[in-house]
Amino acid sequence: MTMFVDLLAKQQLIAAFVFVGVLMWFSYWLSDRLTRGHIHGSAIAITLGLVFAYFGGLITGGNKGLADIEIFAGVALLGGAMFRDFAIIATAYGAKLDAIKRAGLVGALSVVIGVVVSFAVGAGVAMAFGYRDAVAISTIGAGAATYIVGPVTGTALGASSDIIALSVAAGLVKSVLVMVGTPFVARFIGLNNPQAAMVYGGLMGTTSGVAGGLAATDERLVPYGAMTATFYTGVGCLLAPSILFVAVRALVSS
Amino acid sequence: MVVYGVALLALCMLTGMYIGELLGVLLGVDANVGGVGVAMLLLIVLSNISETRFHLKPVSESGIQFWSAMYIPIVVAMAAKQNVIAALSGGWIAILAGVLAVAAGFALIPVLSRLSSGDGQAFTESEDRE
Repeated sequence: MTMFVDLLAKQQLIAAFVFVGVLMWFSYWLSDRLTRGHIHGSAIAITLGLVFAYFGGLITGGNKGLADIEIFAGVALLGGAMFRDFAIIATAYGAKLDAIKRAGLVGALSVVIGVVVSFAVGAGVAMAFGYRDAVAISTIGAGAATYIVGPVTGTALGASSDIIALSVAAGLVKSVLVMVGTPFVARFIGLNNPQAAMVYGGLMGTTSGVAGGLAATDERLVPYGAMTATFYTGVGCLLAPSILFVAVRALVSS
Repeated sequence: MVVYGVALLALCMLTGMYIGELLGVLLGVDANVGGVGVAMLLLIVLSNISETRFHLKPVSESGIQFWSAMYIPIVVAMAAKQNVIAALSGGWIAILAGVLAVAAGFALIPVLSRLSSGDGQAFTESEDRE
């Protein structure tokens, strides 16, 4: 038994292939049997993945979800940024250049609007909870953009580590919610064409959330949403510690 | 050969990432600005001109298509390594900030989609409500 565990730990990426394969098979089976295909198999798989991540974190106290359990360590590699970005880029193969050109300007606009709106919402919540310090408010606002923009902004502004942790948590909540919620709201917000997907990617911005959300909604939309989403974190890191922070400071001191 | 496709894909990624890093330095931000997006654009342009200029053989294309098909399994693995505990332990302020930011984004999608000059053709005709 220990020999087998050692083997799984050593061949971690291969073990992760098996884990994900089994999880997906089970999810598609559930989708067929329990929901008659109404809830997409990939949506179930992503949700189950998050549930596993919760228990992984609960058991180990680590921060990589299920991947902190030794025999599932390969999940961190397979689900890490390198493979994720490689696969996202691959989905672009065969995407229509026309569709991207048509929504190009609105797509770019949606990134900026997305960052500003998320920041404003996060900052508003922070103020509602009694924060009056511009650095803390901006850091939490930036966290509502993505869990990368939060700590980057917090570090740049010199926020305390508990505020930075809070901003990461806000970003994680957003990413998880986008992953799970997108398939349910897709038909109400008209998320069924390349243009809408580009706007969606720009407004939501969380690469992992958008990646998961579109995968669970309609695979064909992935390249369009992912394209704009990848600019979001950069734009967020640009705007949050600068213009947006200055705006918050002006607002708080007045 | 299959590896031609994989190598082409990898080359697009490295080029895009490098441009993203450069953009980050240029703008003075500690992040990769749109590296993945640039890589995707590169691949799209390549795939669109490959129809006319040079031809990527189906075998080589399968090297790209494999990774495209691995996208969902990779996203599932990504979900399984999220720090869900931290997301939930941030308390109400983190949860509210996250939830409201997502709600605001969802609400804005139809508004901004209407602005795009495209006719917004749906992929799925059957449940098209327009």
